[in-house]
Amino acid sequence: MSDTLSAATVTITGADGTEIEAYLSRPEGEQDVAPRGGVVVIHHMPGYDRATKEMVRRFAELGYDAVCPNLYHREAPGAAPDDAAATARAQGGVPDERLVGDVAGAAAYLRGLDSSNGKVAVIGHCSGGRQAVLAACHLDLQAAVDCYGAFVTGTPPPDRPITNLVERLPDLAAPLLGLFGNEDSFPSPEQVDELEQILQGQGSTYEFHRYDDAGHGFFAVDRPSYRVVAANDGWERIAAFFGTHLS
Amino acid sequence: MCTYTTETAHIDGSAKGPGSGWFHVTDATVYYDHPVHAMAEHTLNVDLSDPATGPGARVALELTATSARELVAAIEAALAAVPEELLT
Repeated sequence: MSDTLSAATVTITGADGTEIEAYLSRPEGEQDVAPRGGVVVIHHMPGYDRATKEMVRRFAELGYDAVCPNLYHREAPGAAPDDAAATARAQGGVPDERLVGDVAGAAAYLRGLDSSNGKVAVIGHCSGGRQAVLAACHLDLQAAVDCYGAFVTGTPPPDRPITNLVERLPDLAAPLLGLFGNEDSFPSPEQVDELEQILQGQGSTYEFHRYDDAGHGFFAVDRPSYRVVAANDGWERIAAFFGTHLS
Repeated sequence: MCTYTTETAHIDGSAKGPGSGWFHVTDATVYYDHPVHAMAEHTLNVDLSDPATGPGARVALELTATSARELVAAIEAALAAVPEELLT
């Protein structure tokens, strides 16, 4: 496999037909003519940042077209990622329906590439993990990866601007890979158990991996929560999962 | 986890930075969530901003919970240490 890739800022059509910024990375080289799958990367709440863009490039290195929509482009076009995140938060955050529309636009963008095989996955970490499941409950996607997303199950405190996804889970059509830390409190191991029971009960295709000595944010290489063993195994699980469902 | 909780306040004052310049601030946003820079899983974050100027008109703090409480106590003590007639 070639490790040559390209990366660029592009414009995609998001929810309500709004044009938003996105970060695209694509493999280049000998395999660039072979049909391949696409990956929509949902950035975490702190923003459309360097760490997330590194993940986008990693998916291109793995052989997929990958795109990350800037979920805060409407509130803060051109702003630094942390300033944009602060601005979006002050305005109430990203509504669920808008998130679904932006992921739909990103998936359509990927399927419109001449290299596309028509298959698209979605992945997110932390708040993006919940949003990845949310998107997969509403959109035609071939795989979804939830990395420690809180409030897929469990009950948010009543004053929070989100709900859990329990009532939407019956519409989950894509296979789900879940990667969780056993020391995480949100989602707690019990909340992961609840999600697994729901998926089992409705006959969903899923694969969960739970890591000891890992809490929330274990993939984040620039944070104290980083856990190399869990993160390395998690990346291998993601690569294998996409290899199965995007080929 | 992302806590999804956000407190806001309208304020009137000035802050310094970015670019070492002073600017008028009109809004404060306060939340306990993942920091961008501080080496902690969660911090008490304060954004002092002037939204009318744009997203970059912001001074950000990321404090551990203990630090945040100490700051609150220091602010309260500073306000309590001066005559009431000055607090206008």
